[in-house]
Amino acid sequence: MTKAGQGSSQSLSPRETRARRARRARALDAALFAACLAALAWIVLRGAQAMGYNWQWFRVPRYLWRIVDGEVILGALIKGLIVTLQISALAMLCAAAFGLVTALLRLSRSPVGRALAYGYIEIARNTPLLLQVLVFYFIIAYILGISRFWAGVLSLAFYEGAFAAEIIRGGVLAVRKGQWEAARSLGLGPFDTYRDVILPQALPLMLPPMAGVLVNLVKHSSIVSAIAIFDLTTEGRTIVADTFMAFEIWLTVAGIYLVITLSLSLAVAGLERRYGFARGH
Amino acid sequence: MTDTPMIAVRSVNKWFGAFHVLKDVDLVVQRGQKVVVCGPSGSGKSTLIRCINRLEEHDEGEIIVDGIRLDESLEHIAAIRREVGMVFQQFNLFPHLTVLENCVLAQVRARKTPRADAEARAMQYLARVRIPEQASKYPGQLSGGQQQRVAIARSLCMEPKVMLFDEPTSALDPEMIKEVLDVMTDLAQSGMTMICVTHEMGFARKVADLMVFMDHGRVVESSPPAEFFAAPRSDRTRQFLDQILSH
Ligand SMILES: Nc1ncnc2c1ncn2[C@@H]1O[C@H](COP(=O)(O)OP(=O)(O)O)[C@@H](O)[C@H]1O
Ligand SMILES: [Mg+2]
Repeated sequence: MTKAGQGSSQSLSPRETRARRARRARALDAALFAACLAALAWIVLRGAQAMGYNWQWFRVPRYLWRIVDGEVILGALIKGLIVTLQISALAMLCAAAFGLVTALLRLSRSPVGRALAYGYIEIARNTPLLLQVLVFYFIIAYILGISRFWAGVLSLAFYEGAFAAEIIRGGVLAVRKGQWEAARSLGLGPFDTYRDVILPQALPLMLPPMAGVLVNLVKHSSIVSAIAIFDLTTEGRTIVADTFMAFEIWLTVAGIYLVITLSLSLAVAGLERRYGFARGH
Repeated sequence: MTDTPMIAVRSVNKWFGAFHVLKDVDLVVQRGQKVVVCGPSGSGKSTLIRCINRLEEHDEGEIIVDGIRLDESLEHIAAIRREVGMVFQQFNLFPHLTVLENCVLAQVRARKTPRADAEARAMQYLARVRIPEQASKYPGQLSGGQQQRVAIARSLCMEPKVMLFDEPTSALDPEMIKEVLDVMTDLAQSGMTMICVTHEMGFARKVADLMVFMDHGRVVESSPPAEFFAAPRSDRTRQFLDQILSH
């Protein structure tokens, strides 16, 4: 461990400090978050009390799930959550694919490819996400004849793909130049070099920011409620309209989003730790 | 075919922007010849040998390797890279792959060698550089000298006709230099054509057929080692030799 540890901690120190900084930022986030949550709870309780709100928490569980004759029947909120997770997972895969292609184009020698990639990234990042969702639904989905579900998935992937592209590009550029030279001198082509040499080394660097993209996707997926996809947010709104339990339902919905995004962050932190230490890095 | 030179560099010029890094460089390397290139830092030694396998592009003149002209043609570049192996000062091993995988990867991907054959050949060359027992380790777990020997084995696995060495021992602790030079000496004695950029003059005396001294982008002197060390023609060469031999 001594020699190997020294050698590699030297060469990988930017990555280590970045990972440590990311971890510290997450810890700070969590503390701030807890404080805000407490403050929010206080305000909500005070407000509800002032307006004489009639709390009806006992009516909430049926919107999660019920057990009838030993059989689990999913409620509207959990069904909505499943749609949200489906949209987020599919959008993540598409965003990673868009991001990879875009990053490789931006890194390529082709001026046309670079311009295309640059244009896409600037448009995706500098127009409102809601507008992108609407354009995908009313224009692109109409032209291509795709469902509203896929319009939602693709619009989210379009938006987050631009961020994924910059993360992938950053990861690729962080791999030392000598790795390219060694690969070329051995006769490896660009495709093999990316797949077998560059991307495997860039991946650990990209993992933490990519987790951020996934968390953003889960959160931003609520915007697809604008095109009437029955995701968690839409279901929440429907229930509130039916029952007037605005406080209970919206707080429950917020809690569900939080459970998902926080467990994603924790899972990635764990993954990162294990991946980082394997192979003596 | 066999009496054409292995490498012919003729009147090569290269610029980095406005900086004239190679000036009318000529260098002919016959089959089986060992050339040692030395000269002060920044004189263009790395750039010269990196032009030979197209890690850099030359702007004027011609470079012909084993009868293949180095030009824009991607087939020519690929063909030349098949014949030329390179060892770098910083080793440039793939840190995420085991020693064995480092040696197998390009055989399987670029040569389409079946994996079993590629592994057998990798073990054969790892034995030749005397570290077969490290095959399953990762580069980060090896000493610098061991890493450089793996890098040599990795290149040899592609069965090149020429090996280029760019200061292969400059990044090593003194006690590890010998193990790398011993491997290079073996290789030289096996008949490999070699161009070595190095300041290890003991090695140079032992294996070189031709000494080349570069300064400010020019080949200042090019002669057999006996002559080169005993009676250098230019003052600049003499000064340089005095400097590096005095310590
Ligand atoms: N990619 C590059 N761009 C600009 N200048 C370079 C580049 N590579 C090398 N140089 C410059 O060219 C000169 C020769 O470099 P090099 O061939 O590495 O010399 P040597 O190997 O003899 O030390 C140096 O002055 C160096 O700074
Ligand atoms: Mg050099």
